[in-house]
Amino acid sequence: MVAAARRDETAGLWSVLAEVPDPEIPVISVVDLGIVRSVHPDRVIVTPTYTGCPAAQVIERDIRAALDAAGYRDVRIETALSPAWTTDWITPAGRQKLLAYGIAPPTRSAVACPQCGSSDTEEISRFGSTPCKALWRCRDCAEPFDLFKCH
Amino acid sequence: MPSLPPIRPEDEACAEKAPGGGAFDAPAPDDNGALFDYLLRLGDDSLVLGQRLSEWCGHAPSVEVDLSLANMALDLIGQATFFLDYAGEVEGRGRDGDALAFHRDVLDFRNCWLVEQPNGDFAQTMARQFLFSAWQRRLFAHLAGSADAQIAAIAEKAVKEVAYHAELAAEWVIRLGDGTEESRRRMAEGIEWMARFVPELFEADDVVAFLADRGIAADPNAFRADYEAEVAAILAEATLPPLPQQRPILGGRRGHHSEHLGHLLCTMQFLPRTYPEAVW
Repeated sequence: MVAAARRDETAGLWSVLAEVPDPEIPVISVVDLGIVRSVHPDRVIVTPTYTGCPAAQVIERDIRAALDAAGYRDVRIETALSPAWTTDWITPAGRQKLLAYGIAPPTRSAVACPQCGSSDTEEISRFGSTPCKALWRCRDCAEPFDLFKCH
Repeated sequence: MPSLPPIRPEDEACAEKAPGGGAFDAPAPDDNGALFDYLLRLGDDSLVLGQRLSEWCGHAPSVEVDLSLANMALDLIGQATFFLDYAGEVEGRGRDGDALAFHRDVLDFRNCWLVEQPNGDFAQTMARQFLFSAWQRRLFAHLAGSADAQIAAIAEKAVKEVAYHAELAAEWVIRLGDGTEESRRRMAEGIEWMARFVPELFEADDVVAFLADRGIAADPNAFRADYEAEVAAILAEATLPPLPQQRPILGGRRGHHSEHLGHLLCTMQFLPRTYPEAVW
């Protein structure tokens, strides 16, 4: 009984977190991004993406606001640095949302253009508009696009 | 003529630990003093270089380079925040990362000389970045296995970012070195200027030795040969002469700095010192 109640409680927390958007890429949630490491009835453990990511503070504030609004005022937010976040933790749903938004999801093989699907692409700059993205260009459709860097 | 009373051992012990005392001296290598000092070194290296790189914001040769430099600065300041917050915890006097970054004077900074050197031109900035990031990447790879869990966690996270910095800077060294006559001259001058600050990176004083013995710090000499091999290979690919052997300049880890650091701190610390409670 108690275990079932606890599960329900974390299920409620997970569903709240699944609605908290990433401030830089609002089409994906913090759960899609893989930065929610674990959820307990009394606390949520998150990990930062990049050491200097300016969104980290905003993410924590947004999670706090969402938890408070859903009545989870007593649930703490804790930050864990280790194990270090990796783009491998972005969920399959998150990868699909990135692609639909025009950002190539992280890949270790050929980078496909999110506009036309061509793999004839090239890097323009290793650093893009945010720490997590690199700037790429498609040689077929000539469109520039962001690549979520493997990390 | 009356002589001064002898100094009591307990007073002497106090003096060594006095706040701000002995800024020019290495701290007594007890557990907390050494750890605090080591964390300042790690944090100040990142903070000062991050501040330097941010000076390029809006001035870089192209918008892509501008973004690269700003992103590297962000990574470094993120590292500094973690290391200095932890330093404040270890010190136990209620200072956090911001207090340490903005309310210490130049003699209390423990960064190496390399990171405080002025940006100069773009080639000089990239020469500095290459020599530093190739070192920091190896240092953090070692520190990821530190016996201190917090240092290990910060290093494990940051090493992936620093690998990017090191690759980017190495590519610019090659591109400018093996470029036009002018770009080659400028990169050669940048490397020549920065080379004298490299030996300090491998200085292993009592603090490093004390903490390395305990598995907390990394003795940089463990990766010196590897570092020198990479630097030699990149300079060769850039068709530049090998790293010149110059008289090393040491002292940053004990609070001796070039005049440049004071000017940097004036800019960096002005706002929080002038308006101490300012928020925005």
